[in-house]
Amino acid sequence: MINLIKKYSRFLPHKFCPGCGNGIILNCFMRAIDQLDIDPNSYLCVSGIGCSSWIPSPYLSLDTFHTVHGRAIAYATGAKVANKKLNVIVFTGDGDGAGIGGNHLIHAARRNINLTVFLINNYIYGMTGGQMAPTTPKNSITSTSVFGSPERPFDLCDLVKSAGATYIARWSVFQPRQLIKSMKEAILHKGFAFIEILSPCPTEFGRRNQLSIKDYLSLFDPKSSREKNKFKTPFGILVKKKSPEFCDILDQIKKIASKKGDI
Amino acid sequence: MLPGKYLVLGDIACAEGAIYAGCKLFAGYPITPATEIAEYLSRRLPEVGGDFLQMEDEIASSAAIIGASWAGVKAMTATSGPGFSLMQENISYAYHTETPIVIVNVQRSGPSTGQATYPAQQEFYQSRYGAHGDYESIVLCPSSVQETFDMTIRSFNLSEQYRIPVILLMDGAIGHMREKLVIPNPKNLNIIRRVYMDDNYTENGLVLPMGKFGSGQKLLITGSAHEISGKRNYTPKVHQSTIKRICSKIQANNDIIEIESFNLDDANTIIISYGVSARPSYGAMLNLRKKGVKIGFIRLKTIWPFPDTLLRNLINNNVHSIFVVEMNNGMAVREVSRVIKNAQVFSISVLGGIIPKIKYITKKVEEIIYD
Repeated sequence: MINLIKKYSRFLPHKFCPGCGNGIILNCFMRAIDQLDIDPNSYLCVSGIGCSSWIPSPYLSLDTFHTVHGRAIAYATGAKVANKKLNVIVFTGDGDGAGIGGNHLIHAARRNINLTVFLINNYIYGMTGGQMAPTTPKNSITSTSVFGSPERPFDLCDLVKSAGATYIARWSVFQPRQLIKSMKEAILHKGFAFIEILSPCPTEFGRRNQLSIKDYLSLFDPKSSREKNKFKTPFGILVKKKSPEFCDILDQIKKIASKKGDI
Repeated sequence: MLPGKYLVLGDIACAEGAIYAGCKLFAGYPITPATEIAEYLSRRLPEVGGDFLQMEDEIASSAAIIGASWAGVKAMTATSGPGFSLMQENISYAYHTETPIVIVNVQRSGPSTGQATYPAQQEFYQSRYGAHGDYESIVLCPSSVQETFDMTIRSFNLSEQYRIPVILLMDGAIGHMREKLVIPNPKNLNIIRRVYMDDNYTENGLVLPMGKFGSGQKLLITGSAHEISGKRNYTPKVHQSTIKRICSKIQANNDIIEIESFNLDDANTIIISYGVSARPSYGAMLNLRKKGVKIGFIRLKTIWPFPDTLLRNLINNNVHSIFVVEMNNGMAVREVSRVIKNAQVFSISVLGGIIPKIKYITKKVEEIIYD
């Protein structure tokens, strides 16, 4: 672990709250890229705004691109198309990626562009102090839903599946081994790869809804039946298929078009 | 297009200017009257080894070109009023991260959907102050199809030279006007290449050399307050020095500003205009000269930074009246009034998506000077 920190971290300790899953995700990602035979200089970690966007920036000692709220996938799309050799990884949250940035998420999935998106779902807007998110389970207490959330939450894996993502998985931070393996698969996958990572937020979501880390453990327990599991979330690799990738198609277009270029 | 003479739309001249400037990525979203730029580049960019992206909205378009710029290519987007409003947050990010990009705004009559396709000059201030936060802007404003081509290249050059998003402020009339375009031999074009950070880079200059993703520099790019290294730092001292630097790199360089002037030597009256309204304004000046009015004309080519010093030097004490002709409710006239204190400044404003006619401007000037 010390070697990993020396190799991949810019500075530690991190500033995440006690009990937050972001540190585990940072750890898993470092292990995943360490186990892969890919030049670390080819990684570009893009993030937006929110707690999860701090996982790569400033902690990872790779190219990091900390952008504006909700637009990480759009920034990543431009960077990937401009330099197709980059391994572009997007770290985003449920508010960043599915609320304000939901449009970019579905369109990137539709294009099947070769991006890897890690969406950390903690069911709440953590950084701004615990407001209702598009993933907040119905009737949950947040600072903007003190009578219980009146809205139905998104199932993000279903959302990107219907939009056309070609690799979809869901894990919680309590399944680090599966997560590391899946992260490696997602990075190597040619096409739009999406992993929803469920993570506890004891400070904002847990506190307001009387959830201890122990409660989170049982909530995120893959063995519990779907009836008992409050969040009704199946874990595992949900989609894995081959489909023409966007950047490859752009390169084919260039080949056809360049035959008639005049400067 | 090969070097030569053509009869083309202003939008096509802009797109072809981008190709000659070395643009390799365009991201955009359809909007009248800027769509032709996207349509043309979707065909033209792949021919020269570039990429065209049709994004899901203007927010994504402006985000994608910033990403592309940091990945090492020259990138551009083009839009009109409503799309330009959507881009503002990302433009602010580009100012703070000092990202060279070119944003073309082919203005149409607003507010809101307004008179879509009709020309206007209502983004005079938005192009300068539209994004949040403190920054200095570079905004160029062409008056002809030829100038659109030339200024597109200049926009790319200035953006690379000063590491800043440059806004090319066209309007619907220039974008949809068919006129002669002469494309010179590329050898005769001055194309500025990006200066990349290497081991020898110093942190003293106002414009810092840029990094590039994928080259092992472990870049830390953020829109949060940061040190030169990119490390987040919210202390007053660090943020003050960043803002002062990104503003003074533009303020300190007078060569950014270009204006054109006619018949100023004996003039006691001056018309000032820019963009498409500069064309009838020039005609009105010639008209009034024939009638014996000692009148001159100034055309603003760079509208931001506003040419304060240049105007003060050009407009001498004999000038008693200045007329600012523009297709909005009077915007540049405020800047001229701020700068020129010893002459009366009048606004000739035209609204409703129309271009003022020579007769109209002549009449308006006469009404006041013979009053």
